[in-house]
Amino acid sequence: MTVILGQLFTGVSIGAVLLLIALGLALTFGQMNVINMAHGEFIMAGAYTTYVLQQTITDAGLSLLVALPVAFAVAGAMGVLLEWALIRRLYTRPLDTLLVTWGVSLMLQQLARDIFGAPNVQTKAPDILTESTSLGADLSIANSRLFILGLVLLAVAALTAALKFTPLGRRIRAVVQNRDLAAVSGIPTARVDRLTFFIGSGLAGVAGVALTLLGPIGPTMGTNIIIDAFLVVVVGGIGQLKGSVIVAFVLGMLQAMVEYLTTLSVAKVIVFIAIVAFLQWRPQGLFTLRTRSLA
Amino acid sequence: MLRFHRRRLAACSVALAAALAISACGSKTGESDSTGGVTADTSGDTVKVGLLNSLSGTMAISEVTVRDAIMLAVEEINAAGGVLGKKLAPVGEDGASDWPTFAEKAEKLIKVDRVAAVFGCWTSASRKAVKPVFEENKALLFYPVQYEGLEQSPYIFYTGATTNQQIVPGLDYLKAQGKKSVYLVGSDYVFPRTANKIIKAYAEANGLKVLGEDYAPLGSTEFGTIVNKVKASKAEAVFNTLNGDSNVAFFKEYKSAGLTAASMPVVSVSIAEEEVKSIGTQYLAGQLTAWNYYQTTTGAANDKFVKAYKAKFGADKPTSDPMEAAYVSVYLWKAMVEKAGSFDVEKVKGASNGVTFEAPEGLVTIDGATQHIHKTARIGKIGDDGLITEVWNSGGPVKPDPYLKGYPGASGLS
Repeated sequence: MTVILGQLFTGVSIGAVLLLIALGLALTFGQMNVINMAHGEFIMAGAYTTYVLQQTITDAGLSLLVALPVAFAVAGAMGVLLEWALIRRLYTRPLDTLLVTWGVSLMLQQLARDIFGAPNVQTKAPDILTESTSLGADLSIANSRLFILGLVLLAVAALTAALKFTPLGRRIRAVVQNRDLAAVSGIPTARVDRLTFFIGSGLAGVAGVALTLLGPIGPTMGTNIIIDAFLVVVVGGIGQLKGSVIVAFVLGMLQAMVEYLTTLSVAKVIVFIAIVAFLQWRPQGLFTLRTRSLA
Repeated sequence: MLRFHRRRLAACSVALAAALAISACGSKTGESDSTGGVTADTSGDTVKVGLLNSLSGTMAISEVTVRDAIMLAVEEINAAGGVLGKKLAPVGEDGASDWPTFAEKAEKLIKVDRVAAVFGCWTSASRKAVKPVFEENKALLFYPVQYEGLEQSPYIFYTGATTNQQIVPGLDYLKAQGKKSVYLVGSDYVFPRTANKIIKAYAEANGLKVLGEDYAPLGSTEFGTIVNKVKASKAEAVFNTLNGDSNVAFFKEYKSAGLTAASMPVVSVSIAEEEVKSIGTQYLAGQLTAWNYYQTTTGAANDKFVKAYKAKFGADKPTSDPMEAAYVSVYLWKAMVEKAGSFDVEKVKGASNGVTFEAPEGLVTIDGATQHIHKTARIGKIGDDGLITEVWNSGGPVKPDPYLKGYPGASGLS
C-alpha cells in the first residue's frame, strides 16, 4: 500500500516537472504558435544561472531563491532577443521558425560548452531539499519534489491570474484570439508578442532552476526534455493553459503507474502509444480555443 | 584515387607487391603486405601512432581525459628517447561519439596514416564497431576501459578490467560485508545488460539474492519510480551500472528518498573521480565504487603519474581508472615492441605474453592468451573531498578471465 501511495506521489511529481518545463512553451507555442526548438536551451540557461550565482552566493538556500527571479530575467531576455532578431520575421513561416530555432538551440549548446566546459557542472542544494519528509512507515516524500510541486502551482496561479486580470493578459488573449482585430483596436501586437515571449522564456528559466535539484546541469540537458514539453502542449490543446495542466499530471501519473508495473523503456512506449491514440481521436488536443478569427 | 589503384595492383601481383615493398622501403601510403594487412610506415625516424577518441558529442566528457592521458604517455616516451630509437608521432582522430564514425576513422588511421598501433575507444558499441576494421587489416587496437567481457579479438589488447577484475570483486566485497541481497540498476545498452547477466549468475551461485533489475535509457533523468522500486524491495545493496548523466539524477533521487550509504550502499562501476566531480559529493559521499585504480592509490609510479598529469592539464583535474589504463596501454605497447625488436604487428603480438609494466595501479602483466592484463581489483569509498579511497583490494593482480571460465555458474554466458 505504501508503495502505491509513494508511486502516486511520484506520478504527481513527474507531472509537476512536465508542467514546469511545458508552461513557458504553453505560452510561446500554445498562444503564439511559435515552434521554438531553443526553448530547452532557455531551461539550460536557467540551470546555468543557478550555477553561476552559486559561485558568488555561497549559501545554497539563498542562492536558489535569488536564482529564481534572475533566471527568469536571463532566460526571458534571451527569448526577447531571439524574438526580436529572428522569430518576428518568420511569424508566417512556421517551418522556417522550427529550423531557425533548432539552429539557435545548437549554437546555444555549443556556447554553453565553450563557456562552462563539456562536463556537467553541479550546484549544491540546500540540505533541506536533499532530504525527505516522512509520512509514516516507509512512506516518505522528497522535499525537492514538494518544492517543485509548490513552485509549479505558484507559477500556474500567477500566470492564470496575469492572463485573466491584468491589462497585459487581456491584450495577450486578444492577440491570440484574433490578431487582426486586436491590431485595428489599437493593441500594439508586436509589443504584446515580445512580452509574451519574455514571460514564456522566463518561465523556462525558472524550470531550469528547479531542474538543478533533480538532474544534471550540462549543455545537452535542454534537448532531453524539449520533446516531453511539446507533447504536453500538443495533447493539452493549443491556446489553452488548463489543457497543459491536466495533461501534464495525467501523463505523469500514467508514466509512474506503467513504469511501476513494467520498466522505464516500456512505460515510455506505452505513454507514446496512448498519446498517438488520443491524438487520432482528438487531433486538436484536449481543449481548443474557439474563435471567430478567419486565420 | 591514385593510391587505391596502386593498392589494388599490388594486391593482384605478389611479385609486384614484394618489389614495391623493397624498392619503396615501405613508405607509400595504403600499401598492402603479402598477408593482406596494411603494414605500418616505419621508414622515417618517427613512427605514427593513432589516437581514436570522441572529442565531441555525449562521450566527449570522458574520452577527452583518456586522450590527454595517452598524449602524456606519448610525450614522456618521446622525451625518454622514443621506441626502438624512433620518436612517436601521434595522429589524433575524433570519433564524435558516433559508432560508424569510429569505424571510418579507424580505417583512415590504418590505411592512410599507416599507424603502428591505435589507442582509444570507450563505449563497447564503439569497440564493436571498429573490431572488424582492425581484424580485417591486421592492425592493433589498445582499448583502455573496463567492459563486460566475453570478447577476445586477436587484434585488440584490453588494458581495462574485464568482469572478473571489477564486477566479481565488487560482488565478493558485498558478500564479505554480510549483504544478502542486491538490486540491479543500469543503463539500457550492451554493457549493463551483459554485466547484469553475469551478476545474476554469479550472485545466485554465491548466495546473494537479486531482488530486481531495472534499466533506464541512456540520458534518462527521471528516476522517481526506479528509486521507489529499489526502496520497496528492501535490498541490502544496489549494484549500479548506469552510465553518464543518468547517474546524477539517480543519486539525487536516491538521497531524496532517504536512502543512504549506511542503510543501502550503492556499488558503481562507471563512476570515477571525474564523474564524482560532476555529480557532487553531497550526494555520493560514502558510496562505493569498483575499479583497479584511484588517484589515491599509493606507490611511486602513481605519484609520478598524478604529478605529471596535473602539471600538464591543471591541478584541479583528477586522474581516474580509464585514464590510467590508457596511459599504461602506451607503455605496454612500447615494452612489447622492444621485446619483439620490431613494429610488425604479428611479431608484437607474439611478444606480448608476460610483458610487464610498473603501472600507477601497481605491476601489470599481459596475458598473451587472452590479450587482457593482470590487474589488481580495488573497492573504494567516495569521500567528502571527491576523492576515492581504497577500502579493499585483491591483494595482488588478478588473472584476466573474460569468459569467466574459472567461475562456476557464470561461464557459458556468451
